[in-house]
Amino acid sequence: MSDSTVAVSGAQAEGAHSGHHEHPPYQRHHFETIEQQMDATSFAMWLFLLTEIMFFGGLFTAYLIYRNWYYPAFVAGSHQLNIFWGTANTAVLITSSFTMAMGVWCAQTRRKGGLVLSLCLTLLLGLVFLGIKSIEYSEKIEKHHVPGFHYSLRSFTDPASDPEIYDQYHDKPLALDMARHTEMYFGLYFAMTGMHALHMIIGCAILGYLIFRAQAGDYTTGHVTFVENFGLYWHFVDIIWIFLFPLLYLISRHG
Amino acid sequence: MSAPHEHQHQHTKDNDDATHDDHLHIVPPRTYIIVGTILLIFTALTVWASYLELGVFNPVIALFIACVKATVVVLFFMHVKYSSKLTKLTVGAGVFTFLTLIAMTLADYFTRAWGRW
Repeated sequence: MSDSTVAVSGAQAEGAHSGHHEHPPYQRHHFETIEQQMDATSFAMWLFLLTEIMFFGGLFTAYLIYRNWYYPAFVAGSHQLNIFWGTANTAVLITSSFTMAMGVWCAQTRRKGGLVLSLCLTLLLGLVFLGIKSIEYSEKIEKHHVPGFHYSLRSFTDPASDPEIYDQYHDKPLALDMARHTEMYFGLYFAMTGMHALHMIIGCAILGYLIFRAQAGDYTTGHVTFVENFGLYWHFVDIIWIFLFPLLYLISRHG
Repeated sequence: MSAPHEHQHQHTKDNDDATHDDHLHIVPPRTYIIVGTILLIFTALTVWASYLELGVFNPVIALFIACVKATVVVLFFMHVKYSSKLTKLTVGAGVFTFLTLIAMTLADYFTRAWGRW
């Protein structure tokens, strides 16, 4: 109690006898030093990201187990994905991670214009990613490859009926019981990419808020914690996609 | 007697400065440009490798490249290379726990049918 009283009056009296250290206005009083505060916040952010790794890890594990069990169905399902869009989206997301990293640098070096520009570019690229994802999803909807009552096995029991894919891979028809497991592939495809897309949507919303505050001059006065920790989140979402892309699109090309 | 002490003191001070710098370490844009370019090159590489017929090595190569990309992102974009030991330990512990869980689960599922056919 008396400590805080001393600290408040000490700030006025130039700290001659108060023992109150100089510190930036954004340092919370329950932290000894600004370094301790930064350590604590980034530690907390990393702990949150670890829970996210475990969360996505469950999906990855489920995917690997089912792929092992129903391998032909997962190969056939994977052939339905468009490598071009997948690669484009990977490049878009990596570029957005780069612009985000540049945003953190601009905040650290107190470049307000650069920060706002970097954040806007990151948001734009995030929206491009979601746009491409929606093109891919609409292809799946048109072909009735969304799990549920309207799911169609035709591309898998009769691959020749799907010439666009058949000309590329010349898949053999799957027996009905194996063909039905393609629904599991698409179930996991939508669960994993959908959960990733949800993280992107949340990220884009927070980016909008960051841009708004950055324009008002926040984050470029030395207090960069929020931008830095959001950067960690954005890069984490990028890493999830770095693993989703090969697992869903690439590794089953040669079945 | 006083000289080594002085040296010791100097050494500690340097360490303190280094720790201080770690907190305020600013990764220059040049690093980000190099890292971004490497990530794009590895993306092209993994797509190219997926067109080759390599059997069991297709997924191995794809996942290896993904791991390299993820490591580069964690070290440079996420600043772990320049972070405190606490952060490094946190990340390491997380990756270790995740790998243990996934390895044991997959080892179970992939071997359940052994000897049954």
